[in-house]
Amino acid sequence: MWTLLRLELFKIFRRPRTYIPFGAIAAMILIIQLGLKFDGRSYLELMMSSLSDSFLIPYNMIMNGYLVAFVILNTLLIQVPLLVALVAGDIIAGEANMGTLRSLVIRPVSRTRLLLVKFYASVIYTVALLVWMALLALLLSMLLFGTNDMMIARNTVMEQIRSSDVLWRYFAAFGYATVALSTVAALAFLLSVFADNSIGPIVSTISIVIVLTILSEMRIPLYDNTVKPWLFTSHMLAWKGFFYSRSDGQGAAIPGTVENLPAILRSLGVLLLYIVGFVTAAIVSFKKKDILS
Amino acid sequence: MKYLFPILFLCVVASARAQAPDARAQAPDVLLQKVRARLDQVNDYQATGIMKTNVPFLKVPEAQVTIYFKRPDKLKIRNDKGISLVPRGAVTISLNNLLRGAYTVLDAGSDTTGGHKVRVIKLLPQDDNADLVLSTLYIDEPRLLILKARTTTRENGTYEVEMSYGKYLAYALPDRVIFTFNTKDYKLPKGLTFDYDDGSKKNTPAAPARGKVELDYQSYSINKGVQDSVFQ
Repeated sequence: MWTLLRLELFKIFRRPRTYIPFGAIAAMILIIQLGLKFDGRSYLELMMSSLSDSFLIPYNMIMNGYLVAFVILNTLLIQVPLLVALVAGDIIAGEANMGTLRSLVIRPVSRTRLLLVKFYASVIYTVALLVWMALLALLLSMLLFGTNDMMIARNTVMEQIRSSDVLWRYFAAFGYATVALSTVAALAFLLSVFADNSIGPIVSTISIVIVLTILSEMRIPLYDNTVKPWLFTSHMLAWKGFFYSRSDGQGAAIPGTVENLPAILRSLGVLLLYIVGFVTAAIVSFKKKDILS
Repeated sequence: MKYLFPILFLCVVASARAQAPDARAQAPDVLLQKVRARLDQVNDYQATGIMKTNVPFLKVPEAQVTIYFKRPDKLKIRNDKGISLVPRGAVTISLNNLLRGAYTVLDAGSDTTGGHKVRVIKLLPQDDNADLVLSTLYIDEPRLLILKARTTTRENGTYEVEMSYGKYLAYALPDRVIFTFNTKDYKLPKGLTFDYDDGSKKNTPAAPARGKVELDYQSYSINKGVQDSVFQ
C-alpha cells in the first residue's frame, strides 16, 4: 500500500501543473496581505462602521496577523476547492486519457486498493495545499502584521478572542478544512471515474461546488430546513464555528469555549458521510467499469 | 382648649419645615464647587481595573485595563495585553469635563441613589452650540461625592455613569463605575461575512439597545505623575 501511495504521490508531484495551485495560493495571499498592509483601515472601517460612533476603535491593533489570516481563509476557502479539483479530478481520468489506466488495473493489485491509494494521494495533496496556505496565511501574516486579540465581524455580532486563545482555534479550523476539502476531492475523484479526460470531472466539480455554494448561502424558508442542511457546501464553512465563543449571562465571551461544538461535529459527520459515499460510489463504479483505455 | 392653638401652631411649623427645602442645604453652585474642590485633590492617577463590556452585539471577554488620568481632562483607558473597545462617552464625558464647563446650575431637589439620599443638580451649558444638552448630577451631599451622572448629548444620545466608592473614598475616586450608553444597530450583510449557519436560532437584539461597560478598579496610584505621551 505504502509503495503504491509513494508511486501515486510521485506521479502527482512530478507534474508541473500540480504546482499551479501552490503558486496561485501564494499569489492570492500575498496580494491580500499587501492590500491589507496598505489599506487595511478602509476594510476595518467598512466592517466596523456601525461601531465607530459609539466606540473608540484601535484600528492599528485590530489589523493584526490573526485577523489577516482569517480574512484570507474567508476569501480563499471558497476558491481552494476549485484548486483541489484540479488534481483529484485528474487522478483517474488523467490515466484514462494517457492510456495507462488499463496497464494499471492489470497489475496484481485489487481495484479497490488501487482506488483507495489514489484517493489517499488526493487527500495528501489537499493537506499539502492547506499546510502551504497555513504557512503563508497564518505564519507570514503573523510576521508581517504582528499578533494581538482577534476581532471577527459576524452577521449580527462582533466577536473578540484573546490572542492567547487564538492559535488552537486555527489548528482546529485547518483540521476541519482538511475534511471539508477532502469532500471536494472525493467528489472530483468520483467524477473522474466516469470520464476519459480530466477536463470533464474538473469542470463538473467546480460547477457543482459553485452552484451548491450559492444555494447554501441563499435564504428560502422551506428549503432552509429541508435541502440546505444536507448540501455538503452548507457544512464546509463550519471551520468558522471554532472562532465563535460562548458567552456568559452578561454577554462576555468565555475564553477557550466554542459556541456550538455539537453543530460543528454534526457538520463534520455530514462531510465524512459524503466522503465515504463518494469514495464508495467511485469504487463500486470502477469495479464494474469496462476499461478500454 | 388653651393648648390647642400652640399645638396646632407647632404642627403647622413642623409640616412647613418638612416640605420646604432644607434651610441647611447648600446652594447648588456652592455644592458643585465643593465637589470640584474634592476632585481637585487628584492631579493625576494611574489605576488598574477589570472592564466588562455588555453590549448586545459585542461578544468580548473581560479585560484587564490600565486607566490614566491627568488634570484637567485627560483620560485614557488602555488594555496592555490586548484590545479593548472603549465607549466614546466614557472618555469625553468624564466628571472632570462636566465640572469644568460653563453651565447654568439648577437645583432639582433630592432623590435616592444606591440607598443614599442625594441632591439632584442639573447643568445646562451656556454655549448654545455645545454637544452636551443637559447633565444631571446626583450628589451625596454629606460626603461630597457624585454617585450618578446622566448626560444627554446632541449627537450620541444619553450617557449614564454610576459610581460606587470604597477604598479610595478620601480622594473621591470610585471603586466601581458603570457606564451606560446608547448604541446603534449592528448588522452586516451575510454575503460579506459568510457566517457559518449552525442551524440554531439566534437571539437578534432589538435595536437600538443600551450598552453597558463596568469598570472595577483594583488599585490606584495617585498623584505620582503621568506622562503626557500616555494620552497620545
